[in-house]
Amino acid sequence: MSRLGTITRRSFLVASAAIAGGVAFGIYKLRQPIPNPLDPGEGSALNAFLVIDQDGVTAISGRADMGQGAQSTLAMLLAEELDVDWESVRVAHGPASVAYYNAAMMESALPGAEYNKSSWMRTVGAFVGNAGGRFLGTQITGGSTSVRDGFDKMRLAGASARETLKLAAAERLGVAADRLRTEAGAVVAPDGTRLPYAELAEAAARIEPPQTEPRPRADWRLLGKDQPRRDMAAKVTGTQAYGIDTRLPGMKFASLRMNPRLGGGLRGFDPAPALAIPGVEQVLDIDGGIAVVARNSWAAMQGAQAVDCDWGPAPYPDTTEAIFARIEAAFDDSPNSTMRDDGPEAQDGTEITAEYRLPYLAHAPLEPMNATALFEDGRLTLWSPNQAPLVQQRTAARGAGIEPEQVTVHTTAMGGGFGRRGESDYSELAARVARQMPGVPVQVIWSREEDMTHDFYRPGVIARLRGVVADGTAKQLDARIAGQGMTAQVAPRLFDIPVGGPDRALVEGLFDQPYAIPSYRVRGYTAEMDFPVSFWRSVGASHNGFIHESFIDELAHAAGRDPMEFRLDLVRPESAVAAGVLEAVRAMSDWDNARASGRALGVAMVWSFGTPVAQVIEVEDQDGAIRIARAWIACDPGIALDPLNLRAQMEGGLIFGLSAALHGQITVSDGMVEQWNFPDTDGLRISGAPRIEVQVLETNPHLGGVGEPGTPPAAPALANAIFALTGTRARELPLDRQFDFVL
Amino acid sequence: MATTLTINGSDHRIDAPDDTPLLWILRDELGMTGTKFGCGVGSCGACTVHIDGEAMRSCQVALGDVWGDVTTIEGLGTPDAMHALQAAWLRNQVAQCGYCQSGQIMQAADLLSQNPDPTDDEIDAAMSGNLCRCGTYSRIRAAIRDAATQMREEVL
Repeated sequence: MSRLGTITRRSFLVASAAIAGGVAFGIYKLRQPIPNPLDPGEGSALNAFLVIDQDGVTAISGRADMGQGAQSTLAMLLAEELDVDWESVRVAHGPASVAYYNAAMMESALPGAEYNKSSWMRTVGAFVGNAGGRFLGTQITGGSTSVRDGFDKMRLAGASARETLKLAAAERLGVAADRLRTEAGAVVAPDGTRLPYAELAEAAARIEPPQTEPRPRADWRLLGKDQPRRDMAAKVTGTQAYGIDTRLPGMKFASLRMNPRLGGGLRGFDPAPALAIPGVEQVLDIDGGIAVVARNSWAAMQGAQAVDCDWGPAPYPDTTEAIFARIEAAFDDSPNSTMRDDGPEAQDGTEITAEYRLPYLAHAPLEPMNATALFEDGRLTLWSPNQAPLVQQRTAARGAGIEPEQVTVHTTAMGGGFGRRGESDYSELAARVARQMPGVPVQVIWSREEDMTHDFYRPGVIARLRGVVADGTAKQLDARIAGQGMTAQVAPRLFDIPVGGPDRALVEGLFDQPYAIPSYRVRGYTAEMDFPVSFWRSVGASHNGFIHESFIDELAHAAGRDPMEFRLDLVRPESAVAAGVLEAVRAMSDWDNARASGRALGVAMVWSFGTPVAQVIEVEDQDGAIRIARAWIACDPGIALDPLNLRAQMEGGLIFGLSAALHGQITVSDGMVEQWNFPDTDGLRISGAPRIEVQVLETNPHLGGVGEPGTPPAAPALANAIFALTGTRARELPLDRQFDFVL
Repeated sequence: MATTLTINGSDHRIDAPDDTPLLWILRDELGMTGTKFGCGVGSCGACTVHIDGEAMRSCQVALGDVWGDVTTIEGLGTPDAMHALQAAWLRNQVAQCGYCQSGQIMQAADLLSQNPDPTDDEIDAAMSGNLCRCGTYSRIRAAIRDAATQMREEVL
């Protein structure tokens, strides 16, 4: 049961408090207040981000935590203003509500390079982000936006609540509010009288909350300092309940088998072999596949494997080669986007061309897809580890054949997401199962094999690049990339809106990099196919970071320059912030001192999700195999709000990028995905993980994201190091098909 | 056929087929969800428990084959009384999503019981069967060294 569920069911001292209206959004305030979705029953919700009850303060996060620590940081922003002890703050995920719309996510989807947005573009972006976010109900965790979106909201919510509690105390004590102060979860009067927030909450909930500016950075006590994450103790003792740990009285377990030719449909099936397995109770037709209901997950999975299914054909080319031929053919059409088109063709110099090919990738969070559902009296209650609660509500309603208003979504903790849990198939399928067994709660759990073969994959891409170097610098970069358009698939699937036009996701990380190359053109070509694709940690930058930074390295070598110097010459005139992270890793890695024979360095820098990140990787030759020895990371997200967690995110982003670079691929044969489990497409293990140092700079004038920007530079930094070591340029991934590694 | 297992010091009578993996007995039959399901083929280590003190992948041990006392993450320590490794994990803020960490900690406990002062290479060798998709490896190494130091000092 989620913390919020617990709040609503337990009894507290404050009885049926009035609920104040929407939180003050400061400059983001729109005309119509959004009703506060929190109904704490017998506690007080001073706004949508805060519940005060007998147990203390619970920060309500509109965002999920897939491991990025965003919920802790959001709670910290609130706690900073509210004056509560960090150790006493609880954190809960809020309900599915438009009140938690993500303005930063909408804003970052607009065209334009993040690093050089003008102030008017940011103002327009913020307006569009707020209006569009509210309109679409984008309660989404993604795009490294949680803290960027919450930076003002959570501080304003905390400040507003603090001042409201002071007003309540002023009334109680007959003392002017400006003579009161707040400290450690209490309002303190000049005579030392302490009134804990819990005692003031009921009265405070009846007071119109004043709007108050957040405190200046100089006054911060919590923010900017290493703080323990609020979820850590539960996660090291096995007591954190993830979606898969949902346990309800009388609950059954079900496992799925959907058509391995994705979207191909089910023509018929024979349930008899499954029903013969001990523990199996029933086999359900869930449209496109079957679900086996059993007493435990094991029996359900065995049963799902045993059902004899007659599958329809794949609605897409049925081999990897045919899929890539379709992608390649997209180059023959006119471009879907030309998001950068600077300067005329370079006239003189050395021309370099290259083609890069990157595979499809699975998300593979360690907690396999699952959701738990109870269909009762025409209503559905859903426990879903997800990144987009309102989307789950809509699609689960469709699965149960009811209206979204009849679906209650509990967003649980989740064992990783990486973009996979922004989709909602697992919730919709759970609803299809639950509607066939009314009154019985059922956990629909996927086997790892079902999870890996039924993903919405990071698209495979082909990039064709042409560059011209002269006088030791780049005069031209012309990049064309072809692949499936992610936005065109995701928007209709999740929001029921068709999205045409330029697909930013295909070209981000390529068109928006801070290099002063006089002739610079980036075009995207979209391949139409029904192979399921979606956003994967760092989205377009995950492939384009590799393509762009590998090719920049090729240009540097063609120009006869040191790759670090070559980059800095091009980056300095365009962005001092980006040059700063390069200079930082140059110093950290002692780049300018040549390595001994058998060791080499590679560098890459990618600006994504508002944050430039530079990485240097050191590789060493161990008897003909490559060992990834060390990595240095410098990033500049503007403000290091939660430095310990931020460094962890940078390390994790690097490891995630290296995992994909080394081993990651999804291939198709006979219409079916060929990788079934971790032995087929593994992640990096501890024995192959480099020693990592992270430095966080704070010169960026705008707050950047931290969950994703650590991923894009990892693959090119490694490939560039391998080139320096071996003289072989990797233009295809994964690298383990081409090189031997010590892992 | 009913089987009796000793788990975290308590006896549990279990009426389930003998070939059911211990993982699902723990999670679904007994509701002990601290032990995690990640792959089902013994390649990720999320389901690691101890049988007679030795780290085992519970998805690969059938109920009928359990040969000794079982310890799970819930039996290693609790939020109010953490094992030295859990306390070190907390001090080093190891977890991100946290889903693999039960298995990581159980594997590390086995390592330290055999080798109270492991080198980084020995840590890597012992822990390489445990996959972390979030990439917390640096802090896992640090936490194991930290816990090893604490545990040696307690012994002295």
